[in-house]
Amino acid sequence: MAQTIPKDFNEIQSEMIETDLLIVGGGNAGCFAAVEAKTKNPSLKVTIMEKAHISRSGATAAGMDAINTYLRTDKGETPESLVKWSRAQVGGGPIREDLALSNAKILNETVDMLEEWGLPFVKDEEGHKQLRGRFDVSIHGEQLKPIMAEKAMEMGAQVLNRVVATNLLMDGDRCIGAMGIGVRDGKFYVIRAKATIVSTGGACGIYKSPTTDYSGAHHQTWMCPFNVGTGYAMGIRAGAEMSSLEQRWVATRTKDFSGPVDTLSVAFGCLITNAKGERVMQVRYADKGGDKAARFYRLNAPMTEWLEGRGPTYVDTTVLSQEDAKDLREDLLNERPSFVLFLASRGHDITKEPVEIYGSDPYIVGGHTGSGYWVDINRMTTTPGLFAAGETAGGNPNKFVGGCGAEGRLAARGAVEYVKNVKLPALDKAQVEKEKERVFAPLLRGPEYDGVTGIEMEERMQRLMDEYAGGIHQFYRMNEERLDHALKNLKMLKDQTKYLYAKDLHELMNALEVIDRLDVAEVLVHHLKYRKETRWPGWQTRMDYPDVDPKLDCFVESRRDQKTGEIQMSTRPYEQIIPGDRTKP
Amino acid sequence: MPPKVDREKCDGCKAEKESLCEQVCPGDLMHLGEDQKAFCRMPRDCWDCMSCIKACPKGALETRIPYQLGYHVARLIPMMGTNTITWTCIDLNGKVERYQYRNRGSDD
Ligand SMILES: Cc1cc2nc3c(=O)[nH]c(=O)nc-3n(C[C@H](O)[C@H](O)[C@H](O)COP(=O)(O)OP(=O)(O)OC[C@H]3O[C@@H](n4cnc5c(N)ncnc54)[C@H](O)[C@@H]3O)c2cc1C
Ligand code: SF4
Ligand code: SF4
Repeated sequence: MAQTIPKDFNEIQSEMIETDLLIVGGGNAGCFAAVEAKTKNPSLKVTIMEKAHISRSGATAAGMDAINTYLRTDKGETPESLVKWSRAQVGGGPIREDLALSNAKILNETVDMLEEWGLPFVKDEEGHKQLRGRFDVSIHGEQLKPIMAEKAMEMGAQVLNRVVATNLLMDGDRCIGAMGIGVRDGKFYVIRAKATIVSTGGACGIYKSPTTDYSGAHHQTWMCPFNVGTGYAMGIRAGAEMSSLEQRWVATRTKDFSGPVDTLSVAFGCLITNAKGERVMQVRYADKGGDKAARFYRLNAPMTEWLEGRGPTYVDTTVLSQEDAKDLREDLLNERPSFVLFLASRGHDITKEPVEIYGSDPYIVGGHTGSGYWVDINRMTTTPGLFAAGETAGGNPNKFVGGCGAEGRLAARGAVEYVKNVKLPALDKAQVEKEKERVFAPLLRGPEYDGVTGIEMEERMQRLMDEYAGGIHQFYRMNEERLDHALKNLKMLKDQTKYLYAKDLHELMNALEVIDRLDVAEVLVHHLKYRKETRWPGWQTRMDYPDVDPKLDCFVESRRDQKTGEIQMSTRPYEQIIPGDRTKP
Repeated sequence: MPPKVDREKCDGCKAEKESLCEQVCPGDLMHLGEDQKAFCRMPRDCWDCMSCIKACPKGALETRIPYQLGYHVARLIPMMGTNTITWTCIDLNGKVERYQYRNRGSDD
């Protein structure tokens, strides 16, 4: 489609929209939020601002082969048992048990909604949703994203596709909407809303991905590379409190082509093996739970094998029959189809040869770990009027598809209540003009400008983070001096964003993405510096503080000072609600 | 790696307001050139999600594994039916495998 590329500031058209509830990010959580808000109050105007096209956007674009969290109550599972398991997956936390419990209580009805909307679930002989692990159920989820999107639209949500949010619209400390750019129409969007839910997913591409080196494929990442952390960055810039960013998510993935490992190891019983043929988890991590050890141990184990001279590492698929292998490939086609092609391009018969595994690049994803906005029980952030859900909201790990959907619904309930007592103030023209100038500046510098492209700066930042803030090429390890080096250079990069230029709207989006990633990276490094201990090896490994410090059994929090721009760190206490040994599922 | 475009088969989605591959790509990567044929504007940035491949009404797009990672040539072709999807996978050695299942609704 032909693009309208504005040449000077006065040519840029503005689109003014007023709504009751604005949802920034029409992904998994965003679609559920829209459906819930419209269910609670059909006359509410609900607007979704979506960077891509809602039918195939975000983490679920390619589809899914499982819903990772569902309670088989017939097997005795309860909201409490799920929270206990989730807590153990993050090594005993700290986690926000209040949030996790409220999510778990509406989890099943949320997942059942997907079935009503037409998502095929695999059933066992008794007609129950087929388990493939303790809490995950199998689906044929190729159409997951279109199904969620269609429901949100059917319920009457207004969808603005290809509109990228760039900043929140503020009235003092209160959020009253968001602003952004149209990457198709070149317009500046100002959306005034009584309440705003931010559900832009997590942040990928803060670190260099290992496949960048072997193939130039920069987006051979596990997490969605188009979710760049804008949701967090907008909150950071507006002074909202972030929680636990140092609890990064890093996963074991198939080597050379980021394919899933849980599908193989959890669902198909293919265990982690090293070059010597040892079952790594049983031999070295029996005390941590062996093959059922917390997620970060399972991630760190293969990389430690490499480091100590026992790599390569594998998942042993040779235990599979030809029939199992075909079932496995069918599962993979629902989630990461190109991985099936990868195996085919090597003529790899997985029943004869095991599949190699390796670590991924680190991500900030609050649907997997605790990173994200600090939210109250209604999912309101510390910024009044601003709610968060899914990967964007912190404190409540292991949400995945079902949990992100459930949290979207809870945020919508919070927002629907909130808007009842809110009136929108007059438009703050100065704030809007300032943002318009900021976001269009790289484009208006023109294609001939002697500056830096978003992609160049992104590569510089990714290597910096990889080497100095614990990326894959450093086996996720870091120390204080390296983190200081990272901070110093992040400051340089942030200052150099004034040299960014773009020749079209796509490049403009890239330029704005690196600005957002830099803001997230800076706060992340402050979090990593604050946690002077090693609590989750692999996710967070401090070489200079290798042990757990009991004094840091709390949440690490940050907030950008609105006057000085400094990142201020603090802590919040952990509150145990579900009794028992926190490290046991 | 980016979808390979069969320039014979691609008709630029003449009948549509916006070509379908361009419409769905979550990374804003597919684009129509001046010649009204689709191309991926940033091959390095493709996630291999295959959304564009599934959306193309002409079967003009195909995902290829970069040579640095896989040998030439394997193919994986999705066919979208009514409530079903059919995948055909042809591996390096020419071995063909077919997968067909529901992607909407239930079997009963
Ligand atoms: C490859 C893969 C496989 C997975 N497999 C499973 C599985 O089998 N089972 C399971 O339960 N979970 C799985 N997960 C996890 C699960 O998909 C996620 O946890 C969940 O879907 C995230 O939901 P979300 O709404 O937070 O984010 P998303 O669904 O990613 O939504 C974020 C949305 O925000 C939009 N957006 C981003 N930035 C902006 C912006 N600036 N302005 C406007 N919009 C913006 C995006 O385009 C997107 O639509 C998988 C994840 C991945 C990546
Ligand atoms: S969807 Fe297919 S036919 Fe249409 S423009 Fe894209 S490649 Fe060409
Ligand atoms: S495979 Fe996905 S990311 Fe790549 S061009 Fe197609 S739609 Fe875009």
